[in-house]
Amino acid sequence: MTGLREVIVKADMLRDGLAPDFRDQMVENLYLEADRISSRAVKQAGDAKWDLDQRVDRLVTSPLFGLPLMVLLMTAVFWLTIVGANIPSQMLATALFWVEARGADLFQSFGSPWWLTGFLWNGVWRGLAWVISVMLPPMAIFFPVFTILEDLGYLPRVAFNMDWLFRRAGAHGKQALSMAMGFGCNAAGVIATRVIDSPRERLIAILTNNFVPCNGRFPTLIMLATIFVAAQFPPLFASIAAAGAVAGIVLLGIGFTLVVSAVLSRTLLQGEASAFTLELPPYRRPSVLRILYTSLIDRTLFVLWRAMLTAAPAGAVIWILANIHVSGASLARHIADFFQPFGYLLGLDGVILLAYVIAIPANEIVVPTMLMMYLGAGSMSEMESFDEIRKVLVDQNGWTLLTAVNLMLFSLLHNPCATTILTIWKETRSGKWTAIGALMPLAIAFGVTFLVAQVVRLW
Amino acid sequence: MSLPGHDCDNCPAGAHLERMGIRLEKFDRLVALAGNPNTGKSSVFNSLTGLKQHVGNWPGKTVARAEGGFAFNGIRYKLVDLPGTYSLLSASQDEEISRNFLLFGRPDCTIVVVDATALERNLNLVLQVLEITSKVVVCVNLMDEARRKGLEVDVRSLARDLGVPAVGAIARTGEGLSELIQTVAGVIAGEIATRPLRPKHPAEIEEAIGELAPMIEAAVPGVPNARWIAYRLLDGDHRMRQALSTGELAELVKAEGAPVEAAQSKLISLQGRQ
Repeated sequence: MTGLREVIVKADMLRDGLAPDFRDQMVENLYLEADRISSRAVKQAGDAKWDLDQRVDRLVTSPLFGLPLMVLLMTAVFWLTIVGANIPSQMLATALFWVEARGADLFQSFGSPWWLTGFLWNGVWRGLAWVISVMLPPMAIFFPVFTILEDLGYLPRVAFNMDWLFRRAGAHGKQALSMAMGFGCNAAGVIATRVIDSPRERLIAILTNNFVPCNGRFPTLIMLATIFVAAQFPPLFASIAAAGAVAGIVLLGIGFTLVVSAVLSRTLLQGEASAFTLELPPYRRPSVLRILYTSLIDRTLFVLWRAMLTAAPAGAVIWILANIHVSGASLARHIADFFQPFGYLLGLDGVILLAYVIAIPANEIVVPTMLMMYLGAGSMSEMESFDEIRKVLVDQNGWTLLTAVNLMLFSLLHNPCATTILTIWKETRSGKWTAIGALMPLAIAFGVTFLVAQVVRLW
Repeated sequence: MSLPGHDCDNCPAGAHLERMGIRLEKFDRLVALAGNPNTGKSSVFNSLTGLKQHVGNWPGKTVARAEGGFAFNGIRYKLVDLPGTYSLLSASQDEEISRNFLLFGRPDCTIVVVDATALERNLNLVLQVLEITSKVVVCVNLMDEARRKGLEVDVRSLARDLGVPAVGAIARTGEGLSELIQTVAGVIAGEIATRPLRPKHPAEIEEAIGELAPMIEAAVPGVPNARWIAYRLLDGDHRMRQALSTGELAELVKAEGAPVEAAQSKLISLQGRQ
C-alpha cells in the first residue's frame, strides 16, 4: 500500500515540474469557457431598461453620502424601536406584575409557606416578567425592520461602504457582514465569519464581533437611553435623543471594532488585508409573510425563549440571595457590598457588577437582574412606568448620569455571553483564542469605564 | 412511508410533490443544492422542502449545510443546501463544506442554481462542479429578473454546451420547480444521460494526473474521483494537501456520506437561527 507521505512527495515533485504559469492558465481557460457558453446562451433583447437599482446604489454607496445615510438609517431604526416599544413594555409589565400579585395572594390563601410563595412568584415569575416586558416589545419591532433591510439587500452595501475602513484596519471587508449579523446575535455573527477566507482575518472578525451590541444587549441600551438620556431633553426631542444615544453607542462599538482589529493585525495577527470580490445583489422586494415568520418566530421568540430559560433560574437565585440573611443583612447585600469599591472605581456599583456575574449565561437578563436586586424582594412588585424606575435608581440608589453612561459602555464592551464563548471555541478549536475572545473585551470594558469615571470625577 | 391517499388536490396537477420538511429518517435519494451566493438557492430549498430556511439578500448568508426532504412520485429525496460559493478552488470554510459534500457525500444528483442575470460569472462554479460529478442539473433561477433587465437566456443552448440538463425557474413563485424535480429524477434514474463538459487539460498535466491518481487510490482506498484530487494537489491546493497528509481525507471517505458537518448545522439551528 502506498503511503500518504509518498503521495505528497510525488505530488510536490510533479508540481515543481509543471510550467510556472500553469495555475493561471487553468483559471483563464475556465473563464474563457464560461464566457463562450454564456455569450451563446444570453441575448440582450433591446436596450436595458432604466435601471432604478443603479440610481439607488449611486446614492447609497456614494463615498460622500453612503456612511451618513447608514448612520441616519440606523438612528431611524432605533427611534422606531424606542418609540414603538415604550407603551407595550409598560402594559406588559403592569399585566405581568398584576398576575404576580394575584398569584402570590392565591398561594397565601392556600396556606403555602412564605418561602414557597416568595421563591416561585417573587423569584422565578418576576424574573420572567421583567425579561418579557423589557425585551419582547423592542425585539418585536427591531427584528422585522432589520429583516426588511436584510431582504432588500442593504447589508452588502454596508459592507461596500465600510470596506476601506476595514482595509485600513488590516481586516477583511466581509467583516462588515459578520458584524451586521452580530447585531442579531454575536454567536451567529461568529459563525458568519466563515465567509472570510483568510484564517488571520477570520480570527480578527471573531475576536471583535462582540463589540457590536447583540439584541440581548439592545434592551439594556434602549432602556438606559430612554430613562436617563431622554430625561435630559424636553419631551418633544426625548425619543430622538434616546435613539441618537443608542446610535452613538453603536457607532462607538463599530469604532472599537475597527481600532481593536487594527491593533490585532499589527500585533498578534500580523498581515495584509486580502482582496475579495463583493457582489451587490439587486434590490428585491421583501416578502411580508416570510419577514414576519423569520423575524417573529425564528428570531424574536427564539431569543425570548432563551432569555426566559436563563431568567427563571436567575430570578430564583436572586430571590434566595435576597432572602437569606446573615448577620443582619441579606446575602445579596453582602456580595454587592463586597463588589462596591471595585464598582465605584468603574463608575458603577456593587449591585451592577453582581448582576453581571449572575447574568454571565445570557446578557439579556442583566437589566432585569439589576432591577430585581435594587427593588428588593417583595418590597415593590409593580412598576408603574419607566419614570418610576428612574426615581428608584437615582433617589434610592445614588445613580448619576455617569452610572448610566458607564453601564451603557460596560454593556457594549464587556465579555461575550456563554453561548458566544462556546461558539468561538467551536469555530476556532483553540483555548488560547477563546480565552482572548472572552478576556480581551472584559479588560477593555474595565479600562474604558475606569478612565471615564476618573475623568468625570476629576472635573 | 408510502403515499396512498395523499391529498394531491393541493399539488399542481401532475406534480406529485410532497414536502417533508425535516422528516429525514429514511430517504431513497440524496440531492445536493449548490450555487453562487445570492442566486436563490435557499428559495429553491424552501419551495421543495416546505421548510422556512431564512432567505437573506446578501452573499454569504448560508454558511452551514441545511437539510430537508421531499417526496416525488413515491421516491423520497433528501435535499442538502450547501453554502453559496463562487468557486470550489480556494479554501475558505464555506467552500470546503460544499466541496467535501460533493466529493464525499456522494449525492445522487447535484442541482447547481445559477443567476440568469449573471450567467457568465455563475458558470465558473458550474464548470468546477462538473469536474467533480457528472450527475448535475443546472437550475437557471431569477428568470423574471433577467427578463426585466432585457436579457433572454436560452436554456437549451446552455444545456447543449454544458452536456447536462438546464431548467429555467423563478424559485420565489415556484415556477419551473416541478420541471426541475422531474429532470433530477430523470438524471438519477439514468433516463436522461449527461455528458458533462470538461475542458481538456494540457498534455503535461494529463500525464501528471495519470501518474498521481493511481497512487492516491492506493493510499486512500475507495476515494472518489482521485483524478480531481490529483489535479487539486498539482494545483497546489493547500487544504487538499493538508487533508491528505493528516489522514482527514481517509476519514471522510470512511464516513461515506455521513453528515460531515452535522454538528455545525445543528449548532446553527440552536444559536443565531439565521
